[in-house]
Amino acid sequence: MDTISLAFYALAFLIIAAAIFVVTSKNIFHSAIYLILALFGVAGIYVLLQAPFLAAAQVLIYVGAVSMLMIFAIMLTARIADQTIRHTNEQVPTGLLVSLGLLAVIVYSLWQTPFAISSDPMPEGAGGTLGKLLLTQFALPFEIVSVLLLGALIGAVVIAKKDSVRREPEAPMTPLPKSAEKVAG
Amino acid sequence: MLELDKLVKLVGDGIEAVVTALGLGPTWVTLVQLIVAALVVVVFAALVVLFLVWWERKVSARFQMRLGPMRVGWHGTIQTIADALKLLQKELITPANVDRGIYFWAPVVTFVAAMAVYVTVPFGKGLIVRDLNIGILYILSITTFTVIGLLMAGWSSNNKYALLGGFRSAAQVVSYEVPMALAIVAVVMLTQTLSMGEIVSQQAKFYQWYIWRQPLGFLIYLVAATAECNRTPFDLPEADSELVAGFVTEYSGMKFAMFFLAEFLNMFTVAAIATTLFFGGWNGPFLPSWMWFLIKTLAGVFVLMWFRWTYPRLRVDQLMSFAWKFLLPLAFINIVLTGLGIYIFRP
Amino acid sequence: MVSDFAAVAVFLGLGVGFVLITFLLAKLVSPSAPNAIKNSTYECGETPFGSAWIQFNVRFYIFALIFVVFDVEAVFLFPWAIAYRSLGLFAFVEMLVFIAILIFGLLYAWRKGVLKWY
Repeated sequence: MDTISLAFYALAFLIIAAAIFVVTSKNIFHSAIYLILALFGVAGIYVLLQAPFLAAAQVLIYVGAVSMLMIFAIMLTARIADQTIRHTNEQVPTGLLVSLGLLAVIVYSLWQTPFAISSDPMPEGAGGTLGKLLLTQFALPFEIVSVLLLGALIGAVVIAKKDSVRREPEAPMTPLPKSAEKVAG
Repeated sequence: MLELDKLVKLVGDGIEAVVTALGLGPTWVTLVQLIVAALVVVVFAALVVLFLVWWERKVSARFQMRLGPMRVGWHGTIQTIADALKLLQKELITPANVDRGIYFWAPVVTFVAAMAVYVTVPFGKGLIVRDLNIGILYILSITTFTVIGLLMAGWSSNNKYALLGGFRSAAQVVSYEVPMALAIVAVVMLTQTLSMGEIVSQQAKFYQWYIWRQPLGFLIYLVAATAECNRTPFDLPEADSELVAGFVTEYSGMKFAMFFLAEFLNMFTVAAIATTLFFGGWNGPFLPSWMWFLIKTLAGVFVLMWFRWTYPRLRVDQLMSFAWKFLLPLAFINIVLTGLGIYIFRP
Repeated sequence: MVSDFAAVAVFLGLGVGFVLITFLLAKLVSPSAPNAIKNSTYECGETPFGSAWIQFNVRFYIFALIFVVFDVEAVFLFPWAIAYRSLGLFAFVEMLVFIAILIFGLLYAWRKGVLKWY
């Protein structure tokens, strides 16, 4: 087995193990940390696929931003962080059936897809080719991305506004109200 | 001359000869070379931090008309070694209510994130472990793990000060990460590459330094970098008058030392990136290249120390609005100006 | 090229190893005398009460949300920045449109008072 395959299997093992811990961990914060590990492993897979730019983007966005968002969301949820959560309910057989079916579909489509492997040499440098394509052939999708991001931003503002209407009287320099024990920051 | 690249080549060849003599293939040669390189970087990092801690204390003392450490060694030069030995012997207290697993791994994540940056930092001519083609983007992405380390330490301590300090710190670091990345984007527009080695070689002459074409970008970078390091005037996460020691409150002994190490290493890192992106990296006349790198980087670190004794601490709301309402628009303006400039002065 | 990233793997592994060995060393040479009071949570000498895992203010979440948007945008700007010089006026205009849309979003958030920490 060559080094690349070895690295691939090591990373795949890491990702799968971390993913299993994400869903079986009894503590939601632990799940978040395991998810970060899994996402980092995916970045490693991108590196093996000779897409280092994508790997860096994966780490920057998923590890740096999205996972932090999740952790803040956990802290936003009242007293969930120190609670032991249950994983199983009455729906286990149904859930098992659905996921097995999904697995079958995925495996079947992977089996049937003729994966096109390019024999072209890799473009020199990272990101440059991507940038050229973004600015020429894929100019419209590139611009639509910014509209999409704008939509996300407006969504965030709407969520924030809904909340601050409820807590308008909280002035910056007044002494903390009685509820300070519960809401801090 | 004192160029180190010959020495590095010699050691590399030596390793190759030894490993090949043992009957192992080229993969093993690379692996052993990399392990040696990583060991050198770890030792270098430890030495740099030992020096920086002493220097910070001396500089702080001078700013306040004091002498600073004077007892251990000449002008207290080995004071930090004594401190490190003391920290090594301190009891490793694991408070009863912490989340043990995450509490244990938080300093590991923080330190490794700070160290892994040095894979692609050009220390001098031929002194770069691997000139990754995504260079600066790699550095930006691997440093995001620092934030994860902060959150892990803050949350797992189960201490109100630690939690507030860690989460505040995370919010601050990410807020300043955006202007920082955008300032770097403006430089990349000029360099057309992300590779740290190439960026340095583009600035061979004094007038080619990118600071002359990116003065605004440099200022944005400097401010954002200061905030990323949690240094004064942005040291709220460790505001000892309100948050005790922030996210390190519950850490003791060597575990505390790891956070400390990472913090000083990050300070050196941001100065090294500034040197590479804006001040020509290791380029310079007469002196060996690695010496130029050290001089420029330490000058950058000195500026950060200078800030500490010049500016008062910001309030948390000022800190956040400064990032989002001032630095971010400024970074956008800088990108547009750079784009305009490149378009007008295109050959 | 992929082999360059082997350096990253080695650095990560060795970094973890270095920290663990240091901890082990510290464990060997340092005393260990835990007691209930020493191991209690530090709250400036007061008896600690309650768990620290409290409900956090929503503004952390809001800022994280805005950060995700601008982080994604910065990642998109990197390939654009590399290619920019080799392309002409069209690239410049395109970038202006891209940034203008996002600045609009920033201004909207600003006007709505979301960028205020308190």
